[in-house]
Amino acid sequence: METGLFTFLIVNLIKIVVVVVILLMAVAYTVLLERKLVGRIQNRWGPSRVGPFGLLQPLADGAKLFLKEDLMPFAVERPLYVLAPMIALGCALTSIAVIPFGANIQWHGVDLFQISDVSIGLLILLGITSVGVYGIALSGWSSNNKYSLLGALRASAQVISYELALGLALVGVVMRAGSLRLRDIVNVQTGHSLVAFLHWNFFGGFQFVAFFIYLMAAYAETNRAPFDLPEAESELTAGYHTEYSSMKFAMFFMAEYANMITVGCVATLLFFGGWTSPFGHFLSGSGPVSTAILSVFWFVAKVFFFLFLYIWVRGTLPRFRYDQLMGFGWTFLVPVAIANIVVTGLWMGLSLPAH
Amino acid sequence: MHLALFLIFGALCVAGALNLLLQRHPINSALSLIVVMSSLAVLYLLLGAEFLAAAQVIVYSGAIMVLFTFVIMLLNAGREERTRGSKMAYVIGFPGAAVLLALLADIFITHSGEFHRVHAGEYVVSTAALSGVLFRDLLLPFEVTSILILIAILGAVALARKEH
Repeated sequence: METGLFTFLIVNLIKIVVVVVILLMAVAYTVLLERKLVGRIQNRWGPSRVGPFGLLQPLADGAKLFLKEDLMPFAVERPLYVLAPMIALGCALTSIAVIPFGANIQWHGVDLFQISDVSIGLLILLGITSVGVYGIALSGWSSNNKYSLLGALRASAQVISYELALGLALVGVVMRAGSLRLRDIVNVQTGHSLVAFLHWNFFGGFQFVAFFIYLMAAYAETNRAPFDLPEAESELTAGYHTEYSSMKFAMFFMAEYANMITVGCVATLLFFGGWTSPFGHFLSGSGPVSTAILSVFWFVAKVFFFLFLYIWVRGTLPRFRYDQLMGFGWTFLVPVAIANIVVTGLWMGLSLPAH
Repeated sequence: MHLALFLIFGALCVAGALNLLLQRHPINSALSLIVVMSSLAVLYLLLGAEFLAAAQVIVYSGAIMVLFTFVIMLLNAGREERTRGSKMAYVIGFPGAAVLLALLADIFITHSGEFHRVHAGEYVVSTAALSGVLFRDLLLPFEVTSILILIAILGAVALARKEH
């Protein structure tokens, strides 16, 4: 385990580069997935011309966005206008650093499937998300445009309101695991029988109330439909990124989809047993190589399910009205989340033997 | 390593605080305050208070400063005007600050032997240990503080309520 600082840096740099490249590819293909699925929901094909089944569409989109002219409006607050998309994308990409996406497999003392195993991983995720809202808030303000400003104001108010419900929803899970380390939270949910999925927090921990609160709050946090009021196109043109073009616009776009993926990862880890197989030892691998492959497979499959759900919800539900949004967050989600904490605490206190 | 991090983020913290005072636009000042809060979080982390560091980022840099920027954006506050400052500040403020600084320096120098020295990165206080202290050993002060905050919230609601 005694590795020098130099090897430590090199290995971690390689890990970071690999993970970020994979994440960006995943972001590009989530966009394609969304266009395809929403297309099918609306009874049309979606992108189908570039490459087989439109599979090269993300590359074409990327090339297009790179080659577009980068307009800089006259009246913007220049430094903040440039900084805002960087904050948004930076925070969205940073949060992947604490997420374990496979079984704990060590290779020469290096954890292969997690960039850094932090003991307060969950809190770090929450912290990064809460800083990420500055990207949206500053972009709207610095654009010097009424629509942008309104979008940014909506976004800040919405994110602050729903962050509360989101944080409270996670408390039940943390109480059950007794740890904020994401790997510990997953380990609590593992079982060995063929119905190991009954150990998941969603079923076994009886945290499905927390899960639905988390899901709704997370949709609001990522500004996705039905909570996409900050960019409601029928009212605000494009909301906070009205004045952005070319790669700066693309950075906001990538940040949104990277956040979607992060939310999917967190939901998987906290409520659906992370990388473990839903059927216990069945399909969980025997040797180190098959364990590695199958654990990553289960993780990706579960995250994919959440991305699918995101897109499905977007294709199905209409947008909230603003007062409905605030009322829903404060008068429904927050009290239910607090009730969930109380019930979980009582249940744990009564079922666990006293020390 | 720890020393380098301390120097970097300590300098960032001081620079942010100075920028906060010198900037003329409120939103720049608010952003400098975010830098100060975040670098403070790193300093907490260096001292091993990991939960405190995370809470600092979530609560101060995240929630409270978002409200600050929200209000600044909503009021569309313009640039501040430079004034000469009040006379009272010159007469009482500067000597007062000097006296306070001298007093603190004197206490720190004369009693430096009694302080418990902590080196950065020496140990990490786990969240479990922290909650043990907070919710068991210091339960009464904790609950009293929460009631205090509740009273403050009620006061704010009473002040903000429209007269009927």
